[in-house]
Amino acid sequence: MPGHVIEVKNLYKDYQTAAGKFPVLKEVNLEIDAGDFVAIMGPSGSGKSTFMNILGCLDQPSSGEYMLNDQPVARLQGDRLAKVRNHTIGFVFQGFNLLARSSLLDNVALPLVYAGIDKTERHARARLLLEKVGLANHVNSHPNQISGGQQQRVAIARALINRPSLILADEPTGNLDSKTSEEIMTLFGELNREGITIVLVTHESDIAEHASRQVRFLDGRIVEDTRTSPIAVKGAPHV
Amino acid sequence: MFSAMLGEAWHSMGANRLRTFLTMLGMVIGVGAVVLMMAIGQGAEQAVKKSIQSMGSNLFIVLAGPPNMGGARSATGNAPSLNVKDATAMEDLEGVSNVAPINMGSAQVIYAGNNWNTSIIGTTPSYLDVRSWNLSDGYVFSDSDIRSATRVALIGKTVVQNLFGDDDPIGKTIRIKDSPFIILGVLDNKGQSLDGRDQDDTIIIPLTTSQRRVFGAQFSGSVRQIIVQADSDKVMPMVEDSLNSLLRQRHRIREGMDNDFSVRNLTALANSAAETTKTMSLLLGAIASVSLLVGGIGIMNIMLVSVTERTREIGIRMAIGARERDILMQFLLEAIVISIVGCLIGIGIGVGGALLVSHLTAASIVISSQSILTAFIVAASVGVFFGFYPAQKAAQLNPIEALRFQ
Repeated sequence: MPGHVIEVKNLYKDYQTAAGKFPVLKEVNLEIDAGDFVAIMGPSGSGKSTFMNILGCLDQPSSGEYMLNDQPVARLQGDRLAKVRNHTIGFVFQGFNLLARSSLLDNVALPLVYAGIDKTERHARARLLLEKVGLANHVNSHPNQISGGQQQRVAIARALINRPSLILADEPTGNLDSKTSEEIMTLFGELNREGITIVLVTHESDIAEHASRQVRFLDGRIVEDTRTSPIAVKGAPHV
Repeated sequence: MFSAMLGEAWHSMGANRLRTFLTMLGMVIGVGAVVLMMAIGQGAEQAVKKSIQSMGSNLFIVLAGPPNMGGARSATGNAPSLNVKDATAMEDLEGVSNVAPINMGSAQVIYAGNNWNTSIIGTTPSYLDVRSWNLSDGYVFSDSDIRSATRVALIGKTVVQNLFGDDDPIGKTIRIKDSPFIILGVLDNKGQSLDGRDQDDTIIIPLTTSQRRVFGAQFSGSVRQIIVQADSDKVMPMVEDSLNSLLRQRHRIREGMDNDFSVRNLTALANSAAETTKTMSLLLGAIASVSLLVGGIGIMNIMLVSVTERTREIGIRMAIGARERDILMQFLLEAIVISIVGCLIGIGIGVGGALLVSHLTAASIVISSQSILTAFIVAASVGVFFGFYPAQKAAQLNPIEALRFQ
């Protein structure tokens, strides 16, 4: 029985400002099991984005423990954090964040460049994932030639390419209309049913309803943690 | 991985062609200037070296007249103060290996329907030894020709070309100032002298003949100059002293009076000429290097702009797993690729320019693989040096801030 994908204990994060220490996260405790689909909610300034950055190994906590796949990552730095980001986590951003000058194929394959995988395999795997998100016909297109919803699908394909244990999505539907948002959330749902753990940040409750569990932040603390449906597929931390 | 990054560098250079071109232009001009200037400088050096070699080694030239022809004294300098007996006396000095008295001037030379104005040197056979000048054909006149002032001549290649064309000049008779001369031999090619004269445009005749038939001599046996060759470099100062004291004694110059002749160390003059060209060559290279430096600064400038513009891209790359050194390499490679491509174009332009210069001006140029290699290495180092700071700046960006950058 695999343990938790994410285990956060007693996590604090302060920002140093001119007026002194400003606490953003206070005593946060959270466990996320493999295969879960968690929506993190809360108003602006509640600390949810900072929490996502820490979960994504882009930022480090001031104190507390963060175990990712049972590995302590809270004190990792530099190259080792980069490696965790590359191998264990897939990011999906609000603004898609694709490289405008590269083709969709190269965009999806980019994480594999930093994993040191050769070109033939990179392209083969990227092609498969573009097919999976329904963009098999746009392999050589560039990001500015496709719609926002399609760009977000490309970003999801990129997040999936290194077979991560965890997908972190920061407001993935924030720039999309409601119909396209629905499609993207359906895609996340399908991926989750394949056993991929998904954590997404949103402030829209209808988006959060697609998740199996809703965690609400307020003033740097978790104030609510509700499960609305059971974990779809248990015990499958990897794709 | 490296090839993927090189591809990306190429890609991003192509994304902003005009800017890349302008950045590269700095390198192109810098490297082009270095290659061109080095080609011209080294060409000048080589030309000087060649004419020094053609001059002969360890030479003094003794001239009639005081060393500094100032004011009224120049009028008294008309009287020739050197003569053949001075030269004969010099032969017995210690450390002197050869002495060649010379009379020279220019004269019209006629053969068949052709005529040519050239320089005439009246001297003894030892002149050819002093100048290490050989014949390409025929033979040299002898001491008995000197004694009996025969009308014979050795002629240079340029004169042969202008008077005889393709004909064999040996044994033919030319007229110099209305006197017939039989050609005994043809002189080897000697090329340009230090002051740029064509040394092959000359005719050598016996000293005595020149005095009687061509230039005339106000005083019997007088000569314009005497070339003295020393045994070796080491005895040059000693020979200079003994030449001075010998001539002062022979010319009965009292203590405190000025010399009526001057002794010049030709080899030292030549060496200083060589030094001058070497300095000039270095200076040209140094000036050109400044433009290379400016080109490097241009690269740094553009790379800094590029890092700022692509902050968000850097953030994305970091989020999906790029390490600091991956980002560093990406930007460094871009700077290096710009430098090296610019350098290659610059080498092409520099070499082309050098060939054009030599074609248009007949100046000698030397394009050495060494100077090209130097330019290449310097350009690559400039790329690394000036590309490093922007690349490091990119690599040290905070991924969260970089992602937030608009």
